[in-house]
Amino acid sequence: MFCCGLYGFLTRRNMIAMLVSLELMLNAVDMNFVIFNRFLFPGAMEGMMFTLFAIGIAAAETALAIAIIINIFRSVHNIDVRELNQMKF
Amino acid sequence: MSVTIPILILAIPLFMFIFLGLCGKKMSHLLAGTLGTLGMGTVLVLAYYTAFNYFFSGQACFINEAGERLQHVIFNTTWLQFTDSLVIKLGFLLDPISAMMLVVITTISFMVHLYSLGYMRDHHGVFEKGFQRFYAFLSLFSFSMLGLVVATNIFQMYIFWELVGASSYLLIGFYYTKPSAVSASKKAFIVTRFADLGFLIGILTLSYYTGTFNFTDLTSVPVEGLADTFRVDLSTPETVLAGISSGAAPIFMGASVLTWALVLIFVGGMGKSAMLPLHIWLPDAMEGPTPVSALIHAATMVVAGVYLVARLFPLYLMENSALVIVTVVGAITAFYAAVVACTQVDIKRVLAFSTISQIAFMMVSLGVARPEYHEGLGYMASMFHLFTHAMFKALLFLGAGALIHAIGSNDYTEMHGLRKYMPITHWTFLIGCLAIAGIIPFSGFFSKDEILSAAGNYSVWVYIWMSLVAFMTAFYMFRLYYLIFWWKEHTVREGHHAPHDQPWTMSVPLIILAAITCVAGFIPFGNLVSWNGEPYDFMAHFDWSIATVSLIVAVAAILLATVMYRKENKLPAKMKNAMPALWRWAFHRFYWDELYMFITHKIIFGCVCRPLAWFDRHIIDGTMDSFAIVTNKASNAIKPLQSGQVQMYVWLYLIGALLLGGITILCLI
Repeated sequence: MFCCGLYGFLTRRNMIAMLVSLELMLNAVDMNFVIFNRFLFPGAMEGMMFTLFAIGIAAAETALAIAIIINIFRSVHNIDVRELNQMKF
Repeated sequence: MSVTIPILILAIPLFMFIFLGLCGKKMSHLLAGTLGTLGMGTVLVLAYYTAFNYFFSGQACFINEAGERLQHVIFNTTWLQFTDSLVIKLGFLLDPISAMMLVVITTISFMVHLYSLGYMRDHHGVFEKGFQRFYAFLSLFSFSMLGLVVATNIFQMYIFWELVGASSYLLIGFYYTKPSAVSASKKAFIVTRFADLGFLIGILTLSYYTGTFNFTDLTSVPVEGLADTFRVDLSTPETVLAGISSGAAPIFMGASVLTWALVLIFVGGMGKSAMLPLHIWLPDAMEGPTPVSALIHAATMVVAGVYLVARLFPLYLMENSALVIVTVVGAITAFYAAVVACTQVDIKRVLAFSTISQIAFMMVSLGVARPEYHEGLGYMASMFHLFTHAMFKALLFLGAGALIHAIGSNDYTEMHGLRKYMPITHWTFLIGCLAIAGIIPFSGFFSKDEILSAAGNYSVWVYIWMSLVAFMTAFYMFRLYYLIFWWKEHTVREGHHAPHDQPWTMSVPLIILAAITCVAGFIPFGNLVSWNGEPYDFMAHFDWSIATVSLIVAVAAILLATVMYRKENKLPAKMKNAMPALWRWAFHRFYWDELYMFITHKIIFGCVCRPLAWFDRHIIDGTMDSFAIVTNKASNAIKPLQSGQVQMYVWLYLIGALLLGGITILCLI
């Protein structure tokens, strides 16, 4: 699942699609946390707690990313990541 | 004696400098000039009072019961304290020569202040640009020169020595829009600065081995005891070795440290007093205004070298070789300058070379002075000549200034036959010429005669040599005199009115100085100044045979000049054509300037500076440049990595992370 996200992140040119892939990677990590916590350290709850935090932060982060993308779209009418190269040297 | 008056003598000129320098622009020209002159007049009165008090009041601090004049330190305050032993003080020392110099400096300075009120304006009475600045600099010079002569220690002297050099530089370059004046001022500064390096090393050497800067300690303690501390007996190899091993008496390159110190100090004096081979700046210094030449480059600053040797004379007496060097340098310079003066056409240049020659007379006189000959007659004669020369040479320069002001040129070929037009200038100039030629009863006769007498006591060859110089002195001065005032009728240039005598501000100083020149010879100078302070009756030692001979020499020279130059004739041209090579060499001052140009430009600039500049430009700058170039190239090479493609960054990050992870795993395994 993480590799799917990574693949999407590296190959999709649409920023919304990249954001979706990013969410996919994040969720993969969350899943890993929960599962490893459950099977390796059944008595502890840290993995669960981390996951909850990560989900909360991911929501905020998604909102932020969407806002950025909307702003970019407003100013250049384009969200293709290959065209957005004004930050080069 | 109270402290107030000596402090005022130094403070008034300093205050005038600051005041005129800062506020001069705000006040009118005449007010600035008058204030400067009045300030100097006050200093004149105070200095006369001080000198009179010193010589004639008979107070116990100035003269002891045996009638010897004493050195008296009026005040001496610590100025800089570096360590316990290295302390620099500023003070006020009164002794016969400093009291005499106070009189000389203030007299000439006051005359020049007064004279400049008339000189520094054009024919319509409009003041020259920078008139206030001129007076400010004159005050600075007077302050520095007064500080120099009353110095209580050699370091104070050095400080004021540099200050007079700086004010001389400022005044030579007064017409700073003229390139020749600018280069002359730079030349004067650099040449004297070069000599001052020797002076500084001499001071440091001397004070290192004696542990003191004070003149009173250097010259008044029992001289024999001081001599042992740094003199090596060179008579046998054993004594030399003993001197070196004891450490107290090091020797360097075959001469004792004392000799080195004294010779190096004399080098400083040579620079200021324009002795060969450091004389080249003085003729060029004539680019400054003529009153400045009279004050600085004839009467006061250029005799600082003589004054320095006279001040340290007891030390010089300990080291015969140093005095011999003084004599030889003086004798050669005197002769050289006299020869050159015979051929110059610029009247100020003639007077400049005459000054060099006369100062060299004083140096010779100091060099031949020994206590065993006529109780150190040479020392007294030197100081006497310094005094009389200051008066009559200032007179001659001021007279030349009046001529230049009237004619508008320095060149005597434009003057000729001025005696009817400018009677006051004519008569005062004639008195000056008679004095420098050494005709009785003018002051130059007495002082020059004593120098010749002292030289005769020392060595007959020095005597003959100096008599020859005296002959040439009389000749070139009267050559100048006849060419200016006789030769042929004056032709008034078209568009100019006939030359005439100058306003009272310029005539009065001439008349006063001429009067001093007439009577100064009768001052019983030996009673006032002598090498050890004991009164000395020089009339008792007056040698009529030498006096007669020198009088005959002077009269013969004047007659020769009369024959050659009184009326326009072909004789001078014939003589010139008879010895073309000699004349050309003398006219070009024996190519000293060219020699210096060759040494500095061709040898120093060409062989030393140019390789150094190449090294700097290519090696040092090249290293620095290559750092920059390498950095630049490297950054250009890695620049494409920042492509703006976000996904490329992610790729790189991923690869990096995987690599790090791989390495970590490898390390853990």
